[in-house]
Amino acid sequence: MSWMNKHEKLERNSLLLLGFIIVTVLIGGIIEIVPLFRMETVIEPVEGVRPYTPLELAGQNIYVRENCASCHSQHIRPLRDEVVRYGHYSLAAESMYDHPFLWGSKRTGPDLARVGGKYSDEWHTAHMKEPRDLVPESIMPSYGFLLKKSAKLHDIKDHLKTLRRLGVPYNDEMIEWARKDAVAQAVGENRTDISGLQERYGDSVNARDFDGQPDMISEMDALVAYLQVLGTMVDFEAAKNVEGGAE
Amino acid sequence: MNTEKPNYNYDIVKLFTLATVFWGVVGMLAGVFIAAQMAFPSLNIEPYLNFGRLRPVHTSGVVFAFGGNALFATSYYIVQRTCGVRLWNDKLANFTFWGYQAFIIMAALGYVLGVTQSKEYAQPEWYADLWLTIVWVAYLLVYLVTCIKRKEPHLYVANWFFLAFIITVAVLHLGNNISLPVDIFGAKSYSAFAGVQSAMIQWWYGHNAVGFFLTAGFLGMMYYFIPKQAGRPIYSYRLSIIHFWSLIFIYIWAGPHHLHYTALPDWAQTLGMTFSIMLWMPSWGGMINGVMTLSGAWHKLREDPILQFMIVALAFYGMATFEGPLMSIRAVNSLSHYTDWTVGHVHAGALGWNGFITFGCLYYLVPKLWGRERMYSTKLISMHLWIATIGIVFYISAMWVSGIMQGLMWRSYDDMGFLEYSFVESVMAMKPFYIIRMLGGLLFLTGALIMVYNFWRTIRGDVNPKEQDLSAPNSTQGAAA
Repeated sequence: MSWMNKHEKLERNSLLLLGFIIVTVLIGGIIEIVPLFRMETVIEPVEGVRPYTPLELAGQNIYVRENCASCHSQHIRPLRDEVVRYGHYSLAAESMYDHPFLWGSKRTGPDLARVGGKYSDEWHTAHMKEPRDLVPESIMPSYGFLLKKSAKLHDIKDHLKTLRRLGVPYNDEMIEWARKDAVAQAVGENRTDISGLQERYGDSVNARDFDGQPDMISEMDALVAYLQVLGTMVDFEAAKNVEGGAE
Repeated sequence: MNTEKPNYNYDIVKLFTLATVFWGVVGMLAGVFIAAQMAFPSLNIEPYLNFGRLRPVHTSGVVFAFGGNALFATSYYIVQRTCGVRLWNDKLANFTFWGYQAFIIMAALGYVLGVTQSKEYAQPEWYADLWLTIVWVAYLLVYLVTCIKRKEPHLYVANWFFLAFIITVAVLHLGNNISLPVDIFGAKSYSAFAGVQSAMIQWWYGHNAVGFFLTAGFLGMMYYFIPKQAGRPIYSYRLSIIHFWSLIFIYIWAGPHHLHYTALPDWAQTLGMTFSIMLWMPSWGGMINGVMTLSGAWHKLREDPILQFMIVALAFYGMATFEGPLMSIRAVNSLSHYTDWTVGHVHAGALGWNGFITFGCLYYLVPKLWGRERMYSTKLISMHLWIATIGIVFYISAMWVSGIMQGLMWRSYDDMGFLEYSFVESVMAMKPFYIIRMLGGLLFLTGALIMVYNFWRTIRGDVNPKEQDLSAPNSTQGAAA
């Protein structure tokens, strides 16, 4: 057959074969990936999504470090049971500042995309310290060491700067105040002035002593601050009213 | 045919073979341990030995350390044998060995210490990624130059698969790991991509790590060792060509099936699903080409446990590549995604296909490389085969049941229209299956340890006295290395 004779050329020339392979494997990836950067419809803009505060970012980095995503997804699918169990399905905009995305692929534990505000700080802290104290059947590892470790905030400014270079809209002021904002958020509104933090990240920012250890800003503070903001940035009730109650 | 035997570089193949066996045991042990953690959470020892930190030790351990070293060993062996020349540049080849082991150790240490990008199968941080890039370029050079310098007019089909594997993994690795370090002296970096784009690129990478690392490369092994062990030429040369090009073309598109019902645009999800279903055909084309190679030699399958390993591997490959397209259908995926079914599916492929084809190749290679006439014990090979097969059956059936049960419990409603089960009730229901899965993994590991013993005795030059007479008629060559 003639095409087989033509194929012989490739079998005799390794470099030509390599070239054909490269072209063949590039096509699919280019068609699926490139348009995602070009199409404005990929991420529909929604009100309320803001970059993470420095403390929340430090918390997200702990979430990444401990591979929480290997057991917890952060993406609610638009299926009836998931919306009932976890809340409004996840929007593209809600993870637009996650470098990288943390949607996960396994639910050994429940989805966390909207865990923010569902449990108290005390609950999270106690649960992380010993999950089985609160949920006897839980198989989650314990993370008590987070209470003893100070959150790594000395270079948080550099983290914001890096993310800005990748497109996260942190402004000069946010970078300038990064460390102080982190401290203010963990010390809390009862004990410090958080007006600057609110000015930069909005009035609804959670600022309190998350882990119940007022004398220390621990990794637990950071992680709980992160968990408490998950899924809370977009106000779906308000959006519903604007749309005239349409789902 | 040239009767003068080229001076093949077997030393490098030996090194990679030993590393394959070593990391195989380490990776499987980590797997059994984290499986045990899921049944008995008190086995988590915070912070270093928590499940989250150990899971990538297991996945990277078996995929990149065990599988990767097996690919290096077999590709270096095959390219020399089918090109009729010595592997190009001993020094560079040695560098790929030590460089790759260094990468594995760098990555694993990172995971345990909490250095990770948290992207599945792409956890190593930027410095380890850069190092791997250097090693990989060296690998491509060694391989390609050996192909170019070949004495045979044609490049044998196994080499096409290895070339596709090496170059595509390079492209995927570079594309998915574009990131910006916070500090050039620090480990932490941020991925250049966020949200939807990050998800698409990750699964373009992730699914093709399966497609090219665990499939194309391992098909390269299959295309050489099955014909060798069966003593028959490959079933269809024409099928090889069609199967090769369609497989590498279609695989690349399949990534979005990991992102069904997410914020990824529907058109991308649909493309991913469509190509995943199409992928069934080239996958089975490969399986058929491998299995049918035994035409006229089926009787060998009855006596030869090495060939049995290879054919059972293809059976699992066929099963996993049927199950995969099925699970990529949106409606099925709405049930299977996020559950243990996915874990079971992966292990049908990883334990059954990748594990078994590797074991088959290793049993072929070890006596050859160390100049022994046969393995120490054929009975032990058979024992390994059956213990490991039972282990896989335990593993995947447990995960089918637990996965489908999870999926159904999550979407089950009571008479009042409320969700019937709280999440933790689904966790409780998993416990017996997690224990069965752990036992399955333990059986698979036991099989691997039997193999280690068998290799050790073979390399020492022993033959099981009870099987002595079986080998007597062929023992004219002696054990001259």
